[in-house]
Amino acid sequence: MGGNSPCASCKLLRRRCAKDCIFAPYFPSDDPHKFAIVHKVFGASNVSKMLQELPVHQRADAVSSLVYEANARARDPVYGCVGAISFLQNQVSQLQMQLAVAQAEILCIQMQQEPVMPTPQMDPDDKSSYLIHDSLPQYLNFSSSSNVIHDSFKRESIFGHDMVS
Amino acid sequence: MISSRCAACKYLRRRCPSDCIFSPYFPPNDPQRFSCVHRIYGASNVGKMLQQLPSHLRSQAVDTMYFEAQYRLQDPVYGCVGIISQLHQQINRAESQVAKIQAEISFLNSNAQEVEEPQVDQHFEANSNFINNFLPEQINTLDLSPYGLPSTQTSWFN
Repeated sequence: MGGNSPCASCKLLRRRCAKDCIFAPYFPSDDPHKFAIVHKVFGASNVSKMLQELPVHQRADAVSSLVYEANARARDPVYGCVGAISFLQNQVSQLQMQLAVAQAEILCIQMQQEPVMPTPQMDPDDKSSYLIHDSLPQYLNFSSSSNVIHDSFKRESIFGHDMVS
Repeated sequence: MISSRCAACKYLRRRCPSDCIFSPYFPPNDPQRFSCVHRIYGASNVGKMLQQLPSHLRSQAVDTMYFEAQYRLQDPVYGCVGIISQLHQQINRAESQVAKIQAEISFLNSNAQEVEEPQVDQHFEANSNFINNFLPEQINTLDLSPYGLPSTQTSWFN
């Protein structure tokens, strides 16, 4: 970090920005809102402790996820990120139902197109035997009246790379 | 008469007043709940967030904060944002699978309408293999049961 300009954290906290400031690499002075929201939800002290406990190469992602959570909590003070998780789980359930319906439809078409159908040998490895399965349990069952979340958690890369190995 | 301090005031080693903002949501028999939330958010921030909410919403807010705090402790880099990312990926995969199958259904339906002469066995076999190759793998919902939270009655979209 070049120059004598304090980072956004030290500006907000009104303190001298040391050369080894733990916040400086992740909270540049040109984006004061980023630290402000994280500080409001988690507190500077907690964020500092969390970063100190992480290896340096993981801190950028940690800050990104903290900013994400803090923004979610600011938009929806009751449900925060949990509201998004619940919403997305519902989407997954709906897609599973669509897949099951489509699977059944394909099998129907297959059976209709067969002129003579011998008794099929059920092959355990045959994926066509996966018919509609039992509905999966809901691990989260939250509701939220906030529509802001629907727009905020669109399908986009949060971190710019695939963080799930 | 013994008045028991809430888990928050016990943790903070202070007197628990009758109007303690934490006590309805941090009972003394669950010290880990406040400890977890405190580690991530801090008592002051939690208190401020609760004060800004109407009282009938505070219980849910604490539950979700506890959930997020647990996941942050378990995964200090991504917290529960990791779950969101995985769900996005699942949705992307499922949508492309649905699109593939629906395209195949359209193809088969249009073939069935056009072809009137009897199917040749080779042709039928080729179609069967094509169908089997398109059946999607099972999609597994993420197991969030270790941190399951009580359900609510109100519907999501209203």
